[in-house]
Amino acid sequence: MEDMIEIRWHGRGGQGAKTASQLLADAAFMSGKYVQSFPEYGPERSGAPITAYNRISDERCPIHSNIYDPDYVAVVDETLLESVDVTAGLSEKGAIIINSSKDPEEFKPLLKGYAGRVCTIDARAISIAYLGKYFPNTPMLAAVVEVSGCVEKEQFLKDMESSYRHKFAKKPQLVEGNLQCLRAAMKEVRG
Amino acid sequence: MSIRERLSGNEAIATAMRQINPDVFAMFPITPSTEIPQYFAQYVADGKVDTEFICVESEHSSLSACLGAEAAGCRAVTATSSAGLSFMNEVLYVAASSRLPVVLAVACRALTGPININHDYSDSMAERDSGFIQIYAENNQEVYDNYLQAHRIAEHPDVRLPLMICEDGFITSHAIENIELEEDETVKNFVGEYHPENYLLKEENPLAVGPYGISAYYMEARVAQAHAMMNAKKVILDVAADFEKTFGRKYGLIEEYKMEDAEIAMVIMGSSAGTAKACVDMLRKNGVKAGLVKVRVFRPFPGEEIAKAIANCKAVAVMDKSEGFSACGGPLYAETCGACYNMKNRPLMVDIVFGLGGRDFTVDSAKTVFDRLANIAETGETGEIYTHMGQRER
Amino acid sequence: MGLKAEEINEHIAWQDVTIGCEIYEAGTSRLTKTGEWRSKTPEWIREKCKQCLLCAPFCPDASIPVADGKRDEFDYEHCKGCGICIKACPFQAIRWKEEG
Repeated sequence: MEDMIEIRWHGRGGQGAKTASQLLADAAFMSGKYVQSFPEYGPERSGAPITAYNRISDERCPIHSNIYDPDYVAVVDETLLESVDVTAGLSEKGAIIINSSKDPEEFKPLLKGYAGRVCTIDARAISIAYLGKYFPNTPMLAAVVEVSGCVEKEQFLKDMESSYRHKFAKKPQLVEGNLQCLRAAMKEVRG
Repeated sequence: MSIRERLSGNEAIATAMRQINPDVFAMFPITPSTEIPQYFAQYVADGKVDTEFICVESEHSSLSACLGAEAAGCRAVTATSSAGLSFMNEVLYVAASSRLPVVLAVACRALTGPININHDYSDSMAERDSGFIQIYAENNQEVYDNYLQAHRIAEHPDVRLPLMICEDGFITSHAIENIELEEDETVKNFVGEYHPENYLLKEENPLAVGPYGISAYYMEARVAQAHAMMNAKKVILDVAADFEKTFGRKYGLIEEYKMEDAEIAMVIMGSSAGTAKACVDMLRKNGVKAGLVKVRVFRPFPGEEIAKAIANCKAVAVMDKSEGFSACGGPLYAETCGACYNMKNRPLMVDIVFGLGGRDFTVDSAKTVFDRLANIAETGETGEIYTHMGQRER
Repeated sequence: MGLKAEEINEHIAWQDVTIGCEIYEAGTSRLTKTGEWRSKTPEWIREKCKQCLLCAPFCPDASIPVADGKRDEFDYEHCKGCGICIKACPFQAIRWKEEG
């Protein structure tokens, strides 16, 4: 399937990499796509490295293996770069998106010669600025959508708004903060 | 009208259960099936079902509680995996021989050891002789659709056998994918209510269940049970035909994928069949006449159907996702060979044990198999018949 | 519904065995003449009996019939000769019958 986008998420157990991959699947689903979101379970321990995956396509994808040659990689915790080969198989036409306050240039020497696009997003600062707490998933989701274009951006924001209105039906004051958080992340992703 | 949704396999099963609203759900948790009772408990708490939700102390008890409920005339369900299914072993046989049509969802997972939570069919294949009907799914949609058909098959008067709805642990149970759900009312109408002719609590004629059967009766009882399993074939197809008429999705005992002119083919089950289909498509583009047969129903075993589907192939690989330790091949291979033995022309056939304990099966893995089959077809030599795939080797 | 209990015997075909060997009525143990299994036989000595009725509830085979507050002769069609009634009787009003 030529139209298919494959994404691999790296995080630590309990940090929400699996949830982030589900949120991306939700966003793509709402825009009319076929989606897959699935975790790869290792030792099942809080803090242990975990991997989650997305496939996003215009037709149903019959493949049910893990993803070895992703178009994009999202790293929820930059300390993983020391222990996990995050760019393994990553397409050089794609990109890696790292949650960090650092400049993308600082990561290039750590990525084993990966020659594709390297992006960073300061999910902590953006999350605290707009949501008052550290929820890395919301800015990470927006950054992945911005960089990968796996969902049309305006459609994405529209769908997320209606999803937040549903989710926060009893706390409508949270809708605007979350939307601002998404917009800021899409703007502030570097690299 | 179908409802476009995205759900994991476990949530798809829980959704089907909610729509069917069974009388009793006796539950004991085990990875990766735990989410099924977890979702269902929420439905109970939210008043979306009026099921008696019983938390018991083991899988032996969860299935036993279901049998009690079924004997009393109720529709009873439960879910389990791996060691949980093994612990039910004794009760599985009681369910089948007592002809109590409980529906058991199994998120298939490896058996120890080494201890492992990931997917293969060690658990369900170990229970292939228990007398349960077994239906396997390639993805969340099939799990859901199979579940909607399950009660009607199990409860049919010509069958009356318990039934396992098998999904691949994690690969299907925890993967979120698009799914077409059906309206609650349409599902309720399709599945119908359960009104057994006889049951323990029937006032007019109380019933004795599970009597002792001395040698003078045991053989007859087993032959009757064997015939019920034979009858299940037709009932599964009848229910599938009605399902297609109602919901538009087609099911059979097996699924033949590009088999019309296939020279090389795989016989395979579950989610790996989807991955292998992608490989078949790729090979077809390059002019390779590859195909596959997906075994949806393993009990009753569709031997004739499989044999007919692969009769004109030159070489076939049977893909076993459980190691039966027979030292000459896995259970799917043994039964497929058995089914083909009396054919005048039969393909050369090899067994490949793969994917144990979550070892990944990729499009490339499938390609390796088809390459080997192409070689067998060309040379007429099978080489080693029973092999493993995907393990590290020196 | 399948065969009645009295129609089930060791000559019926597999097609006639009820589904799951279910039995569609209650009290069918009456049809099994367990008295044939008896090797020793209890004997009721009427003149010693005070009609205290302690024996009847102890009998595992319901073979001591009671009517109008009084027990009657053993149901020897079903009594298996276990002897529990002999132990239960405080008045030695039941004893083993001398055989032969």
